[in-house]
Amino acid sequence: MTDHSLVQLTLVRIREFIREPEAVFWAIFFPILLTAGLGIAFRSQPADVLQVATTSPAIAEALRQDPGLHVSELDPSPAAEQLRTGKVVLLAVPGPNGGVEYRFDDTNPEGRTARILADRAVQRAAGRVDPVAAQDNLVREPGSRYIDFLVPGLVGLGIMSNAIWGLGFSIVDSRRRKLTKRLVATPMSRAYYLLSFVIWRMIVLVVEVGVPVGFGALAFGVPVRGRLIDLIIICVIGSLTFNALALLIASRARTIEAVSGLMNLTQVPMWILSGVFFSSQRFPDSVQPLIKLLPLTAIIDALRAHMLQGATLLKLAPELGTLVGWFTVCFVLALKLFRWR
Amino acid sequence: MPASVSTAALRVRGLRKAYKDVVAVNGIELEVHPGECFGLLGPNGAGKTTTIEICEGLTTPDEGDVEVLGLRWNSDPQTLRQRLGIQLQETQLTDKLTVEETVRLFRSFYKQGPTPERLIALVQLEEKRNARVVSLSGGQKQRLALACALVGDPDLLFLDEPTTGLDPQARRQLWDLIAEFKSAGRTIVLTTHYMEEAERLCDRVAIMDYGKVIALGSPLALIASLGVNHLVEFSSGQAEPAADLDALQAIDGIRQATAENGYARIEASELHRVLPALLEELRRQGVPLTELRTHSATLEDVFVSLTGRHLRDD
Repeated sequence: MTDHSLVQLTLVRIREFIREPEAVFWAIFFPILLTAGLGIAFRSQPADVLQVATTSPAIAEALRQDPGLHVSELDPSPAAEQLRTGKVVLLAVPGPNGGVEYRFDDTNPEGRTARILADRAVQRAAGRVDPVAAQDNLVREPGSRYIDFLVPGLVGLGIMSNAIWGLGFSIVDSRRRKLTKRLVATPMSRAYYLLSFVIWRMIVLVVEVGVPVGFGALAFGVPVRGRLIDLIIICVIGSLTFNALALLIASRARTIEAVSGLMNLTQVPMWILSGVFFSSQRFPDSVQPLIKLLPLTAIIDALRAHMLQGATLLKLAPELGTLVGWFTVCFVLALKLFRWR
Repeated sequence: MPASVSTAALRVRGLRKAYKDVVAVNGIELEVHPGECFGLLGPNGAGKTTTIEICEGLTTPDEGDVEVLGLRWNSDPQTLRQRLGIQLQETQLTDKLTVEETVRLFRSFYKQGPTPERLIALVQLEEKRNARVVSLSGGQKQRLALACALVGDPDLLFLDEPTTGLDPQARRQLWDLIAEFKSAGRTIVLTTHYMEEAERLCDRVAIMDYGKVIALGSPLALIASLGVNHLVEFSSGQAEPAADLDALQAIDGIRQATAENGYARIEASELHRVLPALLEELRRQGVPLTELRTHSATLEDVFVSLTGRHLRDD
């Protein structure tokens, strides 16, 4: 059984991969680091406490009633200095006729918020009663945070870059070493040779998808609302597509330098356009149809709809159709162009 | 077996192959008999590798007919691949695999052949069995490549420059291995630009230059065809030998005297009579000797006498 050439060829792929510590790092630890880093940087923060200052003890007393304000009581000149340097966003000073004057920058949202909070506190302290009773019900739901947006993007990006770098690099390296030529001089089946790369990628896919999705769920509670089998199908179709694209990129190149250039040329536009880190909706409407046609956009949109909204495969038909289209074109072209020696 | 099937292990007729504007192979005819070790000898760029790669089915010729083991590449490619053993020039096997994993991989492509353990023993790599390819010496890598060529128990073995780049000891070790396969009755076709290698291993040699076969025969017959058994070379330390070559050529027993790169080169039949007369003549001409050497004629001398150039330029 293990003497079957497809098994042997696949074992070669796996051995080559696990004996290259850098490759394992990029496939497994890098997504964790990236998810963790970005997750922490963009975590949902508790509502900020705004820094305000006043020159009057009576106003200070009133302002301290609002938990959203941190009040400094200062002499006029240091208070003005603090406002000017942005250490406080609002300065409240006594006005004429027992009134109050707010000094703040109305182009700064924090200044405007501080104005509302400070005025409410001052008015309430003076005895204002709200005519309508209001109650706050805070909603911070998983699925709508940045981290929820990010994880499906990173999963899609991982599937693309691991397929393109991993497969493209090892095919060209083998050709450069004249190993491919040596292999086709044997009775080896060329289909098995290519298939061994695909099987290897499918095995690594479990890790590539499992690690960021699992880490996102455990560390940040990122949801997977669709069915697991659907997630697997999306990832397998996506991976096959990028494998075919990698095969096409690597079909002729004889040197690592040449193939690296082609890989970057293919990937960089998608990194930017396909909405990995921010929504692709930010690009002008005129290029939206083009962006929708990119395979990375298709897989990321499908993953987001599946994980965050629980979309079924039927709903994802346009995205999956785009991927299958790319797969077919790339695979047929790659087989036609592939340089075996 | 039909009568039309040839008994030759390899038959090449009218072979021609051009790359862009370089004609690599220009009308080659060869016939290799079963059980013989046949050598393609020539300098770099003579067309040896192109010829052998056409025979291996890796390159398609522009013109000509190749019959390997009575079969042709366009009709029986898979049968041929099963029956041939191939070592290419400069194949770098996967660094991260071990010796055993590499042999096992190649063995898996063939229907029959020795076990990986036996192959590793055959090329004397037992101690390196679990070593990664990257850690092997040049000679060990070549022996591993040889093991990969033998995995299918081939009827015909193609070796392209099997010892190029090896140190003398590793080269001799590989020669011993190839000589063993030869004595086991295998048919071998090898290319080389080392005349010692061809003389030592090959039953017959085709000397190639500029895509053509310029001489064909057993190493002994080719050397004998020179009509001389010895060569004398001397130098006077100057760029041009100061000696009067015509006067030297008049000495009895000297067949030809030529000059190349500051050396005078003399083809002689009876060294013990020619040498004293030569030294006497040089003393008379007043030529100072900074270097003098003699050797028995080799395939190198055959090449030099046919082309006026050396096999290697170093």
